[in-house]
Amino acid sequence: MSQNGAGETIFALSTGAGRAALAVIRLSGPEVDGALAQLGIKNLPKPRMAALRKLYHPTNNQLLDEALVLRFVAPRSFTGEDMAELHVHGGLAVTQSILAALASLAMCRPAEAGDFTRRAVLHGKMDLTGAEAIADLIDAEGGAQQAQALRQMNGSLRAVMEGWREALKTTLAHVEADIEFADEDLPGGLGQRALEGVPAMLSAMQAHVEDRRGLALRDGLRVALLGAPNAGKSSILNRLAGKDAAIVSARAGTTRDVIEVAMLLEGVPITLVDTAGLREAGDDIEREGVRRAKLQAEEADIRLLVLSPDTKNPLGEAASMADIDIAICNKADLGAVPEAELANMGAIETVSLSTVQGSTAQSDDETVLLAALQELVRARAGAKETPVLTRERHRQALGEACVALDRALTIADTGLELAAEDLRLAQRALGRITGAVDIEQLLDIVFADFCIGK
Amino acid sequence: MHETTWDVIIIGGGHAGCEAAAAAARFGARTLLVTHKLETIGEMSCNPAIGGVGKGHLVREIDALDGLMGRVADQAGIQFRLLNRRKGPAVHGPRTQADRKLYREAMQAAIQQTENLSLLGQPVDDILVEEGRACGVITEAGETHRAGAVVLTTGTFLDGIIHIGTERVPAGRHGEAPAITLSKRLYGLAEQTGALTMGRMKTGTPARLDGRTIATEKLEAQPADAAPVPFSFLTEKIIVPQTVCYITHTNQATFDIIEENILQSPVYSGQIAGVGPRYCPAIEDKVARFPERKSHQIFLEPEGLDDPTVYPNGISTSLPAALQDRFIRTIVGLEEVKIIRPGYAIEYDYVDPKALLPSLELKALPGLYLAGQINGTTGYEEAAGQGLVAGLNAARAAAGQEAVYFDRAEAYLGVMVDDLVTKGVSEPYRMFTARAEYRLTLRADNADQRLTEKGIAAGLVGPKRAKAFRAKMAALTDARTKAASWTMTPNEAGTKGMHIRADGTRRTMTELLAYPSIDWADLQAVWPEMGTWTRDIRQQIETDALYAGYLDRQQADIDAFRRDEALSLPSDIDYLALEGMATEVRQKLAAARPVTLGQAARMDGMTPAALTLLLHHARKNQRGLAKAASK
Ligand SMILES: Cc1cc2nc3c(=O)[nH]c(=O)nc-3n(C[C@H](O)[C@H](O)[C@H](O)COP(=O)(O)OP(=O)(O)OC[C@H]3O[C@@H](n4cnc5c(N)ncnc54)[C@H](O)[C@@H]3O)c2cc1C
Repeated sequence: MSQNGAGETIFALSTGAGRAALAVIRLSGPEVDGALAQLGIKNLPKPRMAALRKLYHPTNNQLLDEALVLRFVAPRSFTGEDMAELHVHGGLAVTQSILAALASLAMCRPAEAGDFTRRAVLHGKMDLTGAEAIADLIDAEGGAQQAQALRQMNGSLRAVMEGWREALKTTLAHVEADIEFADEDLPGGLGQRALEGVPAMLSAMQAHVEDRRGLALRDGLRVALLGAPNAGKSSILNRLAGKDAAIVSARAGTTRDVIEVAMLLEGVPITLVDTAGLREAGDDIEREGVRRAKLQAEEADIRLLVLSPDTKNPLGEAASMADIDIAICNKADLGAVPEAELANMGAIETVSLSTVQGSTAQSDDETVLLAALQELVRARAGAKETPVLTRERHRQALGEACVALDRALTIADTGLELAAEDLRLAQRALGRITGAVDIEQLLDIVFADFCIGK
Repeated sequence: MHETTWDVIIIGGGHAGCEAAAAAARFGARTLLVTHKLETIGEMSCNPAIGGVGKGHLVREIDALDGLMGRVADQAGIQFRLLNRRKGPAVHGPRTQADRKLYREAMQAAIQQTENLSLLGQPVDDILVEEGRACGVITEAGETHRAGAVVLTTGTFLDGIIHIGTERVPAGRHGEAPAITLSKRLYGLAEQTGALTMGRMKTGTPARLDGRTIATEKLEAQPADAAPVPFSFLTEKIIVPQTVCYITHTNQATFDIIEENILQSPVYSGQIAGVGPRYCPAIEDKVARFPERKSHQIFLEPEGLDDPTVYPNGISTSLPAALQDRFIRTIVGLEEVKIIRPGYAIEYDYVDPKALLPSLELKALPGLYLAGQINGTTGYEEAAGQGLVAGLNAARAAAGQEAVYFDRAEAYLGVMVDDLVTKGVSEPYRMFTARAEYRLTLRADNADQRLTEKGIAAGLVGPKRAKAFRAKMAALTDARTKAASWTMTPNEAGTKGMHIRADGTRRTMTELLAYPSIDWADLQAVWPEMGTWTRDIRQQIETDALYAGYLDRQQADIDAFRRDEALSLPSDIDYLALEGMATEVRQKLAAARPVTLGQAARMDGMTPAALTLLLHHARKNQRGLAKAASK
């Protein structure tokens, strides 16, 4: 817990930097009204009513701008504290002068990254997953990411976690009743029976832990093109990027001699990666090439292997092909790729491409490749209607819950109190994604469900 | 006019009062116990039993601190049973049926033998207050007795009213006068200071039956354990003869009578407003709340070896006496039963324990400590535990010493006191093991290891126990060291018939014992010295093995908990003036004045935002303290 989390008044420019028609400066904290007064606003607008006010510098009384001022009174605001928004003209001089004026006040300080949302969480206005979703929404590049962030912001992930926690709470309450009221006439084997629902819950949780689509969508996917120097990777990269895909940015010749192209596919941000620099001959260098290609392959989420009749498979014939997703047999017009090269391919999809250089018309070959790639992207990161884990932290916590539940099931026969301990740990792990359980709630369940007391 | 002076005065000779008086006296305070009648010292107002799951843990802790309850129960127990025997040691609940007369006699003897402790059999009318401090008591006879600190433990007596049907009798307990002037004094204090809240609670007790008129041959008997497990770490063997309880059940006919006449119960007619405990419901409540259940279990518990009175556990009631007679006779075995005394409900005042400091001193009136049912709890063990804490701290305060606290990670006593003063009560508070976050650590079997050393340091433990404890710890430490140093490879184990994964790792004796397939005898064959260890030591080693990974995880939690507890909040924070906190939260904090950040975090309605601010203050405080210390 950081100690600048609450108590002070903070401000920040909430819209993008640079010239624009409008800019919005937000303030939050107990001294918001005081700060507005210092900016020369004598007559504070009513809460939630926009009003036009002149802003002056607090010391030299210079007019800074005429702004639309909006106030929110705690706790009915985004952060749960007193807040104000100053809608000012978006020029550099205007925004800078107002920010400087605020900074000159002893009662407030510039916000740090994430300060406003952190306060919203601290004041219980939203849970952690909600806060994360807001960050994701701001960072979203594609429609699928946007949809996923919106769903999480609306509490879909929280609902799943809370649902499990509720169920575990009831289970735990029954186990506790068995422990606590040993000499009462409760139904026999109450604790054991309460645990009967756990295996189903556990497998649902495990399925979530194993499903990496939410994380992949949030982070985007890396697609690596692997192949020998002359197999035609670069042209395939260009053709893919130049067709259906929208190029977001292209970066060439980085230190690692890797070309990356960012694009959107199925609403998912994709980074297409091509390894260059494998041109020189010589055994040592070639070995180095293989090493690099493998490294690229390891880091990627999707691996495309480009083969051609006139080059050798850089991964070597004996190399395992298990991690290759699509094999592209390029330069089909020059002939077929030797059977031997494809021998270890197994069930991998192979696509043949001809070398139709320079053509902007989409050949059927490319449509097939793109469709295959889209299919893969959908499978790995496609937006799901059901809520998904979007951060490693979710996976870790849920993974811990799974371990604890699994242990609870094995230990229950020898020590019901240990199973209870594990149920509690599981609940707490889930709670780390959202909130906490307390004992009184537990007792409420116990007493609502059983007739206890002699 | 008669006037005496003491270090500590205890008002009330119930379970809280006896422990409080004995604790203060053990500490060395010149102590006076004033109670209505000396003959009722150690009286069990309700069911004749001590211990249970959670409650038994408290008794062991009281004993570990050299208190009376465990030793007395060992002399009075007539049906010892260890509850939850089939579950693990953390939730084993030592319990016994107690002979009411033996218990009273043993308690009175223990009190009489306590050095530094004097007794006075008189009702107390008022508390002497001077300069805003409690400094003595005034008895009904007009005597004044002065003291450095006063402990009030009047149980159900504060403005107590007994209800049987529409009948209402002012009483503290069957046949005993209530305490009305004291109740007025507390209400006055509440009004004056606004710093404490009073409320009403109720509890009930069943009719008492004449055991000679019960057809026990029709009933299932429940015997005592073959080898009774004593409460006290100092008791070697239970020598009181053991007896049986009988089990019977209510039925449809019982149900019908109660259901038809439920409005004649004062609880349902609206005559009683006090809140009752959910875990000790009247039979009327069971019928109303679980209409689908026609049969409820009843334990027929003997009140004494040479006393025919039987306590029918499970049918507490305040229906009119004639109706009690009718419904009880519908029960198998009780068809011809003679009722000695009808059941009743009792309504009484309690003080919202949020008005107390963790030392159990009343914030509104320094020098006055409260313990027992007056704090909204129920049960002998809960009362006794608070009595010990209050008595000790009253004595320490009178001697100018700082209060001693038990925290949630070392004792159920700590869990209970913290729950009471931090969260308050919404119904009579009873101990449950589920209230303890660190249940695996807070076991009945290791209460001495957790507390006796601390008790010695606090001046609460006498030389006899201290010596026995040190001897036991030496033996235990020796055994633990050996259990951790004796090792075997999987191969070596295999040659002895113990089969574990052959990974080449050496395992200690404790680790080997954790395997379900390996038992004590297997290992003893390898390390014969194990055969010389006492039962108690063996049990500790077994528990170490059984709880291995769990206890390590729990220790990590305890460390985190202690870090928050170590952040003390300055006592002079002006909460109402704190910025950046909702008014409601500020008011709550101002009223509660939490001692540590951890305690603040456990309060209802605390927001992370408020805690962040408090953390800031705690850190500042710590730096301040460090500076002051270095000067
Ligand atoms: C009818 C009834 C039913 C109960 N049912 C249950 C139950 O089902 N389960 C359960 O766990 N617990 C039950 N209890 C509660 C249990 O008896 C108490 O929790 C326990 O006895 C409380 O201990 P205590 O020391 O606080 O008070 P008590 O044991 O009540 O002792 C109070 C003492 O203070 C003395 N005293 C009071 N006022 C004065 C005064 N003005 N001057 C001098 N002395 C005074 C009294 O004489 C008495 O000795 C019941 C109690 C009653 C009365």
